[in-house]
Amino acid sequence: MHWTEYLVPLGQGAWVTVQLTFWSTILGGILAFAAGIGKLSAFFVFRWLSVAYIEVFRGTSLLVQLFWLYFAMPILGETVGLDLRFSPVLVGILALGLNIGAYGAEVVRGAIQAVARTQYEAARALNFTPRQVLFRIALPQAIPEMMPPFDNLAIQNLKDTALVSLITLGDLAFRAEQLRNFTQDSTVIYTLVLFMYFGMALVLTAFMRGLARMTGRWRPSGR
Amino acid sequence: MLFGIEWDTSDNLTFAISILPILLRGLVVTIQATILGFFVAMVLGLILAALKAVPSRVVSWPARIISEFLRDTPLLIQLFFLYYVLPEFGLVLPAFMTGALALGLQYSAYLSEVYRAGIEAVPRGQHEAARALDLTGRDTFARIVVPQAIPRIIPAMGNYLVSIMKDVPVLSVVTVLEMLSVARIIGDRTFNYLVPLTMVGAIYLILTLLAAYGVRRLDRALPKTGIPMK
Repeated sequence: MHWTEYLVPLGQGAWVTVQLTFWSTILGGILAFAAGIGKLSAFFVFRWLSVAYIEVFRGTSLLVQLFWLYFAMPILGETVGLDLRFSPVLVGILALGLNIGAYGAEVVRGAIQAVARTQYEAARALNFTPRQVLFRIALPQAIPEMMPPFDNLAIQNLKDTALVSLITLGDLAFRAEQLRNFTQDSTVIYTLVLFMYFGMALVLTAFMRGLARMTGRWRPSGR
Repeated sequence: MLFGIEWDTSDNLTFAISILPILLRGLVVTIQATILGFFVAMVLGLILAALKAVPSRVVSWPARIISEFLRDTPLLIQLFFLYYVLPEFGLVLPAFMTGALALGLQYSAYLSEVYRAGIEAVPRGQHEAARALDLTGRDTFARIVVPQAIPRIIPAMGNYLVSIMKDVPVLSVVTVLEMLSVARIIGDRTFNYLVPLTMVGAIYLILTLLAAYGVRRLDRALPKTGIPMK
């Protein structure tokens, strides 16, 4: 096989990787805001749930989480009478999203806490409700500060998608391994794949920079 | 049976207790890979950081691109690359060594940034004061900058040490028998994945929480004004 013939199967794998990255980053983003805000909540239950989620998913290895959701969760479901067998795609997105969301939650919490105290005091003086304080004062100022760490986390997530090939999902890493078994042409295949991941990371960084510029307008003027 | 240790599948609790020593055997390998990988990353990271700091662009740009490349590509692919490609060039390493090398390469890029950030965090006034005191460039770096950079660098390095430990399970794909692959073998043979995988998760959680506590303590204990070098 000529190396250009590798591009079709690898391209198909790369498309799966792109979709996985997209959906798991969105899930991770939602979880990050939920748990990050939850950790600062006045309600004990929300705070406790958020801390438990963040510590469990930051404190264990992603591959352990992936295998646990894929191999162990169905067994747990059986014992409680639920069918918790999901497709590899769903498990992959769930594991990646849960993992990156826990890291993102700490970013969200940090950025909200970094908003100047006087902003909260002014909001209270103007009789804002807690909801208004969160959505109109805290988040618009905090989100621009979250963007650089979010860029790193998005890249992290893109790289982590390679692990889902280990639960038989046909992403770029999986296709590479298949091709290698078929052709034994390791050097060419893995060099190509490394550059494909690098290219996707550069595109993702460019996208995140665009997002950072967009949200940058929310920064209060005069700071 | 694994490593000559029998397990007892009569109920979940006795099963868990019987496989704990087997998992701890795997944990030893996990910790060995973590330490070796961290050591490689420390040394390569220092080299990368030094090359990136060279004023000549002919040197610093390739170093920057290599560092970015290592950071933006998955550990799994780097590992497969080393595992399959190195032997084609006549360099046959044991799987464990290949794994530690892959961990070291990936994290060398992160650690090079830690070194750079630590050195850049030393206030400009320190450089100016050193110049006013007529210290040579070499003395300024070795006796003024480095002693103040180290307390900033060490906690960040501690965090990456924990990250490396969490990435070690990836080495299972090249047959390194670390804790997760041990748990999977137990699961394959007993059809009970729930207990071993949950235990691995719990062991990881205990270790990372302890490590995070240790890093916080270390961060507080280190003198921010600098470590005396003599």
